[in-house]
Amino acid sequence: MGAYQASMRVWRGDDTGGGLQDYTVEVNEGEVVLDIIHRIQATQAGDLAVRWNCKAGKCGSCSAEINGRPRLLCMTRMSTFDESETVTITPLRAFPVMRDLVTDVSFNYTKAREVPSFTPPKDLQPGDYRMQQVDVERSQEFRKCIECFLCQNTCHVVRDHEENKQAFAGPRYLMRVAELDMHPLDVLDRKDMAQEEFGLGYCNITKCCTEVCPEHIKITDNALIPMKERVADRKYDPVVWLGNKLFRR
Amino acid sequence: MVEVERHEYDVVVIGAGGAGLRAVIEARQRGLRVAVVTKSLFGKAHTVMAEGGCAAAMKNANAKDTWQIHFADTMRGGKFLNNWRMAELHAQEAPDRVWELETYGALFDRTKDGRISQRNFGGHTYPRLAHVGDRTGLEIIRTMQQKIVSLQQEDNAELGDYEARIKVFHECSITELVLDEGASGATGEGQRRIAGALGYFRETGKFILFEAPAVVLATGGIGKSFKVSSNSWEYTGDGHALALRAGASLINMEFIQFHPTGMVWPLSVKGILVTEGVRGDGGVLKNSEGKRFMFDYIPSVFKGQYAETEEEADQWLKDNDSARRTPDLLPRDEVARAINSEVKAGRGSPHGGVYLDIASRIPVEEIKRRLPSMYHQFMELAEVDITKDEMEVGPTCHYVMGGIEVDPDTGAATTPGLFAAGECSGGMHGSNRLGGNSLSDLLVFGRRAGMGASDYVVSLKERPKVLEHAVDAATTMALSPFDEHPEPENPYTLHAELQQSMNDLVGIIRKEDEIQAALDKLEELKVRVHNVTVEGGRFFNPGWHLAIDMRNMLLVSECVAKAALQRTESRGGHTRDDHPEMDAHWRNTLLVCRAGGGDPIVPDVTVTPESQTQMRPDLLGCFELSELEKYYTDAELTEHPERSS
Repeated sequence: MGAYQASMRVWRGDDTGGGLQDYTVEVNEGEVVLDIIHRIQATQAGDLAVRWNCKAGKCGSCSAEINGRPRLLCMTRMSTFDESETVTITPLRAFPVMRDLVTDVSFNYTKAREVPSFTPPKDLQPGDYRMQQVDVERSQEFRKCIECFLCQNTCHVVRDHEENKQAFAGPRYLMRVAELDMHPLDVLDRKDMAQEEFGLGYCNITKCCTEVCPEHIKITDNALIPMKERVADRKYDPVVWLGNKLFRR
Repeated sequence: MVEVERHEYDVVVIGAGGAGLRAVIEARQRGLRVAVVTKSLFGKAHTVMAEGGCAAAMKNANAKDTWQIHFADTMRGGKFLNNWRMAELHAQEAPDRVWELETYGALFDRTKDGRISQRNFGGHTYPRLAHVGDRTGLEIIRTMQQKIVSLQQEDNAELGDYEARIKVFHECSITELVLDEGASGATGEGQRRIAGALGYFRETGKFILFEAPAVVLATGGIGKSFKVSSNSWEYTGDGHALALRAGASLINMEFIQFHPTGMVWPLSVKGILVTEGVRGDGGVLKNSEGKRFMFDYIPSVFKGQYAETEEEADQWLKDNDSARRTPDLLPRDEVARAINSEVKAGRGSPHGGVYLDIASRIPVEEIKRRLPSMYHQFMELAEVDITKDEMEVGPTCHYVMGGIEVDPDTGAATTPGLFAAGECSGGMHGSNRLGGNSLSDLLVFGRRAGMGASDYVVSLKERPKVLEHAVDAATTMALSPFDEHPEPENPYTLHAELQQSMNDLVGIIRKEDEIQAALDKLEELKVRVHNVTVEGGRFFNPGWHLAIDMRNMLLVSECVAKAALQRTESRGGHTRDDHPEMDAHWRNTLLVCRAGGGDPIVPDVTVTPESQTQMRPDLLGCFELSELEKYYTDAELTEHPERSS
């Protein structure tokens, strides 16, 4: 495959408005969409705003929507499109636009701060910890998260429902709750808050988050559904219910 | 006059990678108010790209390991040019720093008895790298990010404000450190002290001034001055350049680590890192004839320490007490040069690299478990299945050993109030860094710089005052790319020319006339950068950001080239084709870079040879005399225990 001229359509604008702009750009073998955005910057629009860092799928900075699908710009190869196809790149839809492809993702940092942190047993000294690989693996899967926020962007609970953002932490932070709940050393119980404060009940397991995850984390199957089960056991198990009634002060 | 938002803090940490965040944690735990300033979003720093692991002699995989052996490996790896006190502190404190991360919630891979698993890596005598698959850096950055959130939650509970003691200023770039007038006092008559730092928010382009008596630089490396690099856009040598312009000195700038295994194909991903963990877990390098060529490249200083046959190397992999280690895991400088030689001799792969084979070495499931992101990276970016096929790899600019000259114990630079830790500081790794010693470096010296800065602030009687005219001058300079210029230059073009020149002329193998040509090119670029002109406005304008970063890249590149020209020997990450031998008389010589005078945009660089203090006799005793004789002059070894007793 040799070089060819691709038709690219990139959203340009800011919080006051904007629109799609057409660019014709050279594409070489093996290139990813981020390479093409960089070529537009270097040759046609020096001020085109885009976030990126590692260009290797490890930092989760270059999230955007490519032909309407939430993707990492650095992990989407141009060869996945037909040479004659126009490739359209727009900013993440669930977050307010700052400029061009850059959005205000502060929603995520706010939610991150609301989840109670890792709470180890008080008396355990550094270096004394013994954990089995099989026990750490469940949480390790969730710790692969690169915080690209594609799952937060695609989740229909907030994607078109700004009003739900208050009560719903989104898949990334519900997964964080699950991660801590499954952490072998954590002693804090987060089951009630998962439901009551972070909106686990809003999730109706459509698996959109899992589908867009560039790290292929099984967010729904391994984090959200097990968390729902833990919450359900707590809330609806008759024995637990009776125990709570009898022994709760 | 331009509007400048002002904030007061006790300590400003520039950079939110591992070193910066560890410094923040330390300063906050000592009760200080800390601002952390990062060019990217919180949690995106370059540390996420560290793959293989974090070196610490915890003895989980081999009980024979000790801090002394880790120290000795580090010195060997750096060809004995290292600041031995830093190497000592690093080896002693790394285990505690790793265990501490577990108290913050980190989840490392485990041994069978439930302790932290440790893997083999280049130059390390024993399996020593704590790891999480091949995404250890991500685990470390996320752990510290979450620890900071946890401290903010404590502050919120106590004071009703998450940001009462730690505030993250993300997507904010510092363009200049601001000094005071040069007050009298404990730090010496007339010496100017740090008074603050000026920067701009990338999002709005608005200026921000931090008024603070202490600044910790933790800005990482300089790899974006080279075309083929594993580094991100952030690695523009900001901390190095800020320190120089604030009167501090840099050392060891001629030593650049070219990681032996970067991807080479497709071109657009050329330079992306392939972790040394591939070789640590059994992967081997082969040339186009299918030969494991590293056996031919064991240098004389390492003779006897590495396996000489494939059988011995493979035996070592099964049990590293019964055989010598594989030369595939020689220090990185050696492996990178070997690959370079194989390619030059016509035994390279189709795209100018060599082959790295893990597929034939360990089972498919093991590859996917131990090296998941390598599997993913090759599959998605190169359409290569590493469980079936060999990878094509070649050297890529990865790390700068050189950096800000600091006091080992406190991280203090030569300018009062300035501290540095991590990649932007110099000395710890000598002429070549061992894999795995970077993550541990961040933790050990990030903490120490946080401590040093805190003690300094507490000891001050009065706070240094920012010189207002320096603030005005810095904002004017930062805005100059928006002015009209007679012969406008595109920042992207200047950057590409710099990268090409440094890559071709001051790269892995160097020659006097080529370095001179690079310096000539730098002179040309230093003139042209005055005319750099950007389109658009101040809101999130990457062209403008690059124009500002060019200043730092040009200054730092000049340090690299000038030091490389002066050092007429080959050692670690500095290879001179015209001076191929390592020279014991150069071993103790540091080339110290300072800036001053000349052009205000890119000041002149001077390079002065200075010597280091002698290593303590007890540390000399960590090595056999016969080994040290390969590196040291005879006069330097009189205090070695084998001689003095």
